Amino acid sequence: MKIAVIVPAYNEENAIASVVSDINNYAKSTALKITVIVVNDCSTDNTKNIIATLHCIALNLPINLGIGGAVQTGYKYAYENNFDYAIQIDGDGQHPASEISKLVDAAVHEGYDVVIGSRFIAKEGFQSSAIRRFGIQYFKWLNRFLVNITIHDCTSGYRLINRKVLKIVNNYYPDEYPEPESIIVYSLNHLKIKEVPVIMKERQGGVSSIGTFSSFYYMLKVTLAILFTFMRIKFKKGN
Amino acid sequence: MEKIQIISIGLSLIFLLFVIRLIISGKLREEYSIVWIISTTILVVFSFWRKGLDVVSHIMGIYSPPNLVFTVAIFMIFIYLLHLSLIVSKLQSQNKQMGQEFALLKQKLEKNKDE
Repeated sequence: MKIAVIVPAYNEENAIASVVSDINNYAKSTALKITVIVVNDCSTDNTKNIIATLHCIALNLPINLGIGGAVQTGYKYAYENNFDYAIQIDGDGQHPASEISKLVDAAVHEGYDVVIGSRFIAKEGFQSSAIRRFGIQYFKWLNRFLVNITIHDCTSGYRLINRKVLKIVNNYYPDEYPEPESIIVYSLNHLKIKEVPVIMKERQGGVSSIGTFSSFYYMLKVTLAILFTFMRIKFKKGN
Repeated sequence: MEKIQIISIGLSLIFLLFVIRLIISGKLREEYSIVWIISTTILVVFSFWRKGLDVVSHIMGIYSPPNLVFTVAIFMIFIYLLHLSLIVSKLQSQNKQMGQEFALLKQKLEKNKDE
């Protein structure tokens, strides 16, 4: 069983080394066969040189693609190199590697295709700011309205997918802010999705891909993306 | 022939020649130039045929001929802008695929070098 841990990194020179070693140390402490894949999304800082020295597969993008395009690059690598599972872990240190086993257990023993690490089920650890939580509530409602599935932490980037899903995201993965939209893609493809409680930390370095002023743009863009993706998949399948 | 007619004929012809020169020198691709050639040809035709605007607007039931010019022009501009947005979207998605392939290939190459 080969597991790829994909770490998208954009200007994460302060956090990336500890994130990768955290995962590698965790891998050593368990029997899991884990390969770390760092996707450097054309960082302007020293990230590229730092990841070259780390124990990981380094994928350096020549142009900045945004979080979705970066993660998809990792998924493509995992798909082409016959990995069974791919886990996404953010490059800023928000996601402790020790929680990986919770995701893997749900996929291996309970047979779920997509496992999402959620900070809101057990309500432990860092809970994000009020405005973010409002946005997350809104997307939770929108997803429930469209595909009748309740994901409490639909913007969580801490998630696992199996090979069946890798085949799908190899062809299509949302571009800019992929997390809420991909849930729609997954559920319309009739994949089994589960949310498991994980503990998250506050980011250890770098800045969020969503700035304060662009929150409104983010909500609007993701809403449109969700609606159009929903329609596209619905119409194509004709159901 | 009035002064304004000479000016408009001159300008439309210069514009048409400019577009043709851009295509010949390879700076403008043919598929994007079709709209420009058609619209400048229309400009040239109406510069020579001064009564034409009145005739067409009468046929379409438009009271004031200048309104025809604005309506048609704005409509054409909207369509063309949409066309350009389509091209940009296509380029962006091709660019993304190219970047991803590039990163994957570069990794493979470096791995082979190490072995």
